Amino acid sequence: MEPLQIAEKIKETFPDEVAAVSQFRDQVSVHLKKDRIFEICQYLHDTPELDFDYLVDVCGVDYLGKKTPRFEVVYHMYSIAQRHFIRLRAQVPEEEPVIRSVVPVWRGADWHERECFDMMGIRFEGHPDLRRILLPEDWVGHPLRKDYPVEGYSGEEDWAGYREVVEKSKKLKEFEWGR
Amino acid sequence: MGEIEKETPGANGDGKNLSTQELTLSMGPQHPATHGVLRLVLELDGETVTKCTPYVGYLHRGVEKLGENRTYLSALPLSDRLDYISSMANNVGYVNAVEKLFGIEAPERAKYIRTIMAEMTRISSHIIWVATHALDIGAMTVFLYSFREREWLLDLFEMTCGARLTVSYPRIGGVRNDVSQQFLDSLYEFTEEFPRRISEYETLIDQNRIWLKRTKGIGVISAKEAMNWGLTGATLRGSGVNYDVRKAFPYDAYDKVEFDVPLGTEGDVYDRYRCRMEELRQSNRIIRQCIEQLPKGPILAPEASKFVLPPKENLFKNMEPLIHHFVLLTKGPLTAPEGEIYCGSEVPKGELGFYIVSDGTGKPYRMRVRAPSFVHASVLPRLCEGGLVADVIANIGTIDIVLGECDR
Repeated sequence: MEPLQIAEKIKETFPDEVAAVSQFRDQVSVHLKKDRIFEICQYLHDTPELDFDYLVDVCGVDYLGKKTPRFEVVYHMYSIAQRHFIRLRAQVPEEEPVIRSVVPVWRGADWHERECFDMMGIRFEGHPDLRRILLPEDWVGHPLRKDYPVEGYSGEEDWAGYREVVEKSKKLKEFEWGR
Repeated sequence: MGEIEKETPGANGDGKNLSTQELTLSMGPQHPATHGVLRLVLELDGETVTKCTPYVGYLHRGVEKLGENRTYLSALPLSDRLDYISSMANNVGYVNAVEKLFGIEAPERAKYIRTIMAEMTRISSHIIWVATHALDIGAMTVFLYSFREREWLLDLFEMTCGARLTVSYPRIGGVRNDVSQQFLDSLYEFTEEFPRRISEYETLIDQNRIWLKRTKGIGVISAKEAMNWGLTGATLRGSGVNYDVRKAFPYDAYDKVEFDVPLGTEGDVYDRYRCRMEELRQSNRIIRQCIEQLPKGPILAPEASKFVLPPKENLFKNMEPLIHHFVLLTKGPLTAPEGEIYCGSEVPKGELGFYIVSDGTGKPYRMRVRAPSFVHASVLPRLCEGGLVADVIANIGTIDIVLGECDR
């Protein structure tokens, strides 16, 4: 099925949820409100002529100062059986960055959502195990947000885990040979 | 007397009164079989794994954040460092994504050269995979043999671009420099020799009883489940799902060459091994066809001047190249289309996707890397739970992960 037809089908089934449909090159994005994302994903997965059996990717994008609502969670999905591709962009506001998890539909969403939580601070409701994944569990801040500086927060203290290692190495210095 | 015997654990031989305790075992982060720094926390009931929790992130370098702060050209070396044993294929995936965003078409010759390079990478990555996988399971000899062929390929990379591992050879809109006749001759000789070498590895392990016992029926995942978990590459095709980005979304010269996509049936460790061995033969076939069909012509598209640095020798003599060089490295291309693109490519590990959001400036607004190793590592609990401790090693090997790509 052509991507625009798929977008049309989503629009027919969920008329209140689709905010816009955009096209760039040959790829189509469906802009959605976030509230019924789970039903939409389930619909895309379960409808036989759509049959999106493979969730390619889930990621967050921070449009700080460019758009309101600030965040978007982007889903890329492909149907191996039907050979078509679509992108969903769900809008998530800054004040309450929460969206339903799609892990019950695709198990593969698990780590992508955890990473999105880790990097963007978007919480996924109903996720079986929402913890930080790439960063240490006591890390402060969400690095892929646009207001997080590339070099980290300069002038402030280092991450506690790193300070601990430095302290320990200082302590161990006194046991060095030849001192 | 009877009473005492009853209370002594296992005294009557049936072990009914033995108390057992779950053992928590931390495997890694530095363990030779984890192929990098992966930590697994295993909960064991005897020899059976009841729970497996992977911890990743030890190699996190913030590639996505760095990409947002670099121009399209200077973000290219970041892609080398994702999966550092198949950097050429990552570069090809990245430049294809940027080309698609800017609407640039690379010249035919450049497309063929990139295809050759990507397939050489696939061979070198797959042979390092079979080497280490066999080594983990206990067959050491394969390791020594396969590094012989890998050296040959790395020497060829060095001949073309001066680097062996982190190559950064493709450019947005083409490739950095043309390949020499000497390179093509040596590579053609390699393709004639290589099928014999593949058979050599197979003689070592294919009929080996220990190998078969350690791989057949281990880590089984059905086709439906494999798709649901988002697996790609040979890890998915071992379960019999026919999905290959090279066939589904052909890029470079893949629509002009003939090759088959090998599929497994059982979805176990052995079938995935068979798939990868067969892929070696197919890659060899692709390289041969590419060398035979290699067209003559330019290696850079005219629009590529937006991205490619001017020759170094002009830099110190003329004003314009100097300005051009400076602007390219600080600001990037002055005009960029506003939009977003997702472009996947078939790297040795699976589907590597780049999702680039552009806001019209010279730097990507958001650069998301969809890494196959990350998804494959997430399926580890599913493969390991309920199996034996020894099979954890086989399962880590079979999903073919590189932690540099997993953690980005």
